[in-house]
Amino acid sequence: MINNTAAEMSSALAKGEITSVSLTKQHLDRIADVDNEVKAFLHVDTERALAQAASVDADRAAGKALGPLAGVPLALKDVLAQEGVPTTAGSKILQEWKPPYDSTVVAKLKAAGVVILGKTNMDEFAMGSSTENSGYGPTFNPWDLTRTPGGSSGGSAAAVSAFEAPIAIGSDTGGSIRQPAALTGIVGVRPTYGAVSRYGLIAYSSSLDQAGPFGRTVLDTAMLHEIIAGHDSKDATSLNVPAPAVVAAAKSGDVKGLKIGVIKQLQGKGYQTGVLARFNESLETLSSLGAQIVEVDCPSFEYALAAYYLIAPSECSSNLARFDAMRYGLRTGEANGASAESVMNSTREAGFGREVKRRIILGTYALSSGYYDAYYGSAQKIRTLIIEDYKKAFTQADVLVSPTSPITAFKIGEKSEDPIAMYLADVATIPVNLAGICGMSLPAGLADEDNLPVGFQIMAPAMQDQRLYNVGAALEAALVSKWGGHLISKAPALGGAK
Amino acid sequence: MSSLSRDEVAKLAALARIEMSEEELVNLASQFGSILDAVARVQELNLDGVKATSHPQPLENIFREDVVLPSLSPDQALSGAPAQEEQRFRVPQILGEAE
Amino acid sequence: MALSYDDVIAKYEPVLGLEVHVELNTESKMFCSCSTTFGGEPNTQTCPVCLALPGALPVVNAKAIESSILIGLALNCQIAPYSRFSRKNYFYPDMPKNFQISQYDEPICFDGFVDVEIQTDEGPKQFRIEIERVHMEEDTGKSLHVGGATGRIHGAEYSLLAYNRAGIPLVEIVTKIVPGTGKYAPEVAKAYVAELRDILRGLKVSDVKMEQGSLRCDANVSLRLIGSDVLGTRSETKNVNSLRSVERAIRGEMIRHAELLNEGKKVKQETRHFQEDTGLTRSGRSKEQAEDYRYFPEPDLVPVAPAATWIEELRAQLPERPSLHRKRLKEQWAVPDKEMAAMINADVLDIVEETVLLGADPTKARTWWLGEISRVANEKDIAIADLSITPKDVAEIVALVAASELTDKLARQVVEGVIAGEGTPAEVVAKRGIKVVNDDGALMAAIEKVCAEQAETAEKVRNGHVPAAGALIGAVMKETKGQADAARVRELLLGHLGQATN
Repeated sequence: MINNTAAEMSSALAKGEITSVSLTKQHLDRIADVDNEVKAFLHVDTERALAQAASVDADRAAGKALGPLAGVPLALKDVLAQEGVPTTAGSKILQEWKPPYDSTVVAKLKAAGVVILGKTNMDEFAMGSSTENSGYGPTFNPWDLTRTPGGSSGGSAAAVSAFEAPIAIGSDTGGSIRQPAALTGIVGVRPTYGAVSRYGLIAYSSSLDQAGPFGRTVLDTAMLHEIIAGHDSKDATSLNVPAPAVVAAAKSGDVKGLKIGVIKQLQGKGYQTGVLARFNESLETLSSLGAQIVEVDCPSFEYALAAYYLIAPSECSSNLARFDAMRYGLRTGEANGASAESVMNSTREAGFGREVKRRIILGTYALSSGYYDAYYGSAQKIRTLIIEDYKKAFTQADVLVSPTSPITAFKIGEKSEDPIAMYLADVATIPVNLAGICGMSLPAGLADEDNLPVGFQIMAPAMQDQRLYNVGAALEAALVSKWGGHLISKAPALGGAK
Repeated sequence: MSSLSRDEVAKLAALARIEMSEEELVNLASQFGSILDAVARVQELNLDGVKATSHPQPLENIFREDVVLPSLSPDQALSGAPAQEEQRFRVPQILGEAE
Repeated sequence: MALSYDDVIAKYEPVLGLEVHVELNTESKMFCSCSTTFGGEPNTQTCPVCLALPGALPVVNAKAIESSILIGLALNCQIAPYSRFSRKNYFYPDMPKNFQISQYDEPICFDGFVDVEIQTDEGPKQFRIEIERVHMEEDTGKSLHVGGATGRIHGAEYSLLAYNRAGIPLVEIVTKIVPGTGKYAPEVAKAYVAELRDILRGLKVSDVKMEQGSLRCDANVSLRLIGSDVLGTRSETKNVNSLRSVERAIRGEMIRHAELLNEGKKVKQETRHFQEDTGLTRSGRSKEQAEDYRYFPEPDLVPVAPAATWIEELRAQLPERPSLHRKRLKEQWAVPDKEMAAMINADVLDIVEETVLLGADPTKARTWWLGEISRVANEKDIAIADLSITPKDVAEIVALVAASELTDKLARQVVEGVIAGEGTPAEVVAKRGIKVVNDDGALMAAIEKVCAEQAETAEKVRNGHVPAAGALIGAVMKETKGQADAARVRELLLGHLGQATN
């Protein structure tokens, strides 16, 4: 039943119509069938997945109380530490590293009985928007295997889109969940900063990173969101407040009387025609459901991309310093008489990919004495302006919206030689990260010019994640009834290469 | 137009402990101009009197109690070590002085 | 060419700056829950956080914040209503993250002072040392250098790293520049470090053991011509691991600088390492350029903003300041200046106080610690605190003497036994069979025996020549192996020979 939603799988498991082992095997079979084309997974953890499934089945047989997603398979972005399972963050520098501990997200998934199928491909250390920056080769978009699935959580998005897993975990530092969700025609949510523990999430940019859920439906995404969210004393930036009731919101889905703000700065120039067409149609749909559409002005968003490409590289230049060949990971250049320093130098040269090095150097520059105020310092101030613009906008609207990505899935190799063009892929998603608020991307249809999925982005204030699901569920229901099924059912069949 | 010379890139690479080939240094230096132009936009606005934000949520005073919890076993701690000896991480000779 | 210290101070004025690192005595580390116990097996007190495994995150130890605020208050500092942690970025294998979480432009405490008093030619004189800042940071791991002749870093073939110490909370106390100490600079520095140590000990926030590295001092020294107001180039001497070394290192650096300046050479701004054996400093590896630490606010930690009420609660808990404490003890115990100075100098004041608190007479307690016990410590060349004798033992011995169960001479044997590890005073007394012979019957037997053996002398005494009794008493004492109370022997002997006993 791999084509079903996670909610349907959950109910079939609860009713005893299927076992978790059987469900898990179906997904492992699907992975075996299509992943040679999609290349969503870096590591398929067959043994552990089946053991976890069997354990959930045994618990269920014994009548134990189980969570809603117990026994449902999931794909995990390789940026999250899982004890004993290779965890590379898509980097050669961590090839074959097996953490001696579980990230909090993994611990929560295990406790909820979710079956982890394996680790998914990603741009190295989550730096990228196409998954082409993986140290282990790119992932391919299930809608068109010549195109990227977006990134950096491209492996997770592709796995869900290709029915290799019903749900997946990604991480979103500048759009790394929402943009690949948009490009693969699924739902992805970047929760409020501090809502999901970062403990065990390999850091790219500490003040921007946040793990979050992918699903093929708004409800599936909410069910996963509810499992991974919550306060964690191991993360000092974790919010100690009640988690928003996202599942309830996903089940209600009512926009009557809500004000929906369209951000002036996140449309127009640079946005593909088909993207704008689907976006505007979605607005009309929301309007027809009783929402009031208003336009809001966020002038500082013009500078969000620049601020992001200073803050994230600065933090990463420090976060990635620990990869030094001393305690774990790759070690090269250990010829006779080589010093620790030269081994560090040559290992970091060999272990990091081009984009990672580029960002480390940029961050090192932005933080260096004499340049700090002009670059990092200014970027932090822009960040304040963006927060203020959002605050003001949220007094005028309950949620804000924009296209998730200015363009649909692009060709593999199309932008990999032009860093600036690649950075522009995140132009609409980045403000959410800088402000620490939450955002969702859900399918808005296919662009007429290329028949590829378009994402509709919803943004809500910090710890108001339920608003995303409420609006998302309402829009999804209307669109699905218009299309006669979920958008993902229109994806081309895979497995042809087999 | 911003720019960064090959030597400046080399200095940054040394600070970041990344050994770079001549070709890489020259390439990166040539790309840096346009990247710096893009990020230098943060200087376009008058930011006098604007506070810097380093944490997206307004949290303060997040502490843990001074309580000891079990550590990793030495085997776990050393499990990823490229080399080890006498329950310690073995590393090449260290140049310079300890801080 | 070798200058004398007097030559130096005749021409130059030293300017000091002292940075003291204190390891806090919290149970767990600064940012993780690993134990801080000293001396564990390598890498048994590590976790994903202090090993900097990918994904791990720091969380601040509340006790370390409290201790830092207490230190700031005790040093008369302002407590910042808002302070932050920053990352100090530099690569070094003993530092797992390759950045140190420290505080940069927003330290938790700032602008304080410590007054110290030293003996000068003109009598006791007070100096005020101004404190620039008190900030929190974390310790590094330890490396063991293998191969090469010396076991030192130079010439080693490889190194072995252990991280039990990595992440232990450190507080760094930085003074403003200290001018105006003149020829007393070394003494003032020593007195400052000693005062800091006593303050910290009083606060119970650190073990303050210099020899174990829980208190470490870096001394910045520069010279300028007397009368000049231009600061000279400073050197920073690390590795100064005892109070005596603080004094020696500064004196040594003053002489070294003066020699260079007199020859018209420049003092290099550099880090130097103090050599305990020679008392000299050796140049560290000079860096080609100043490190660029690229400090920025630690994004994994949120600001520290202690509530004013909490700060006042902590202020109310502050113990008596060591200088006031000393003044009070001096008065209570009626100790002469010289004896007080001797106790401070020998670093036995606390131990004497503890002994007194256990019931011992202050003079007796002082005499034991400053006398016999100090002598043994000197003989063995170890610190008094490291001898196995405790204030409780000494108090017990003083009580035994007071109860006439020991003579002073026997008590010394007991002290010797306790130091030799033979057990408590009671156990030493029992094991060694030490006992004051106060059984008059046994004493009389000895007296009669001696009087018979030395009949001539006995006769002299009997005839009223009392001074002759001395020889007989000595013989009785010998007979009783010194365990008799000499006064009682005298009493019984004189009675026996028909003489008055007073």
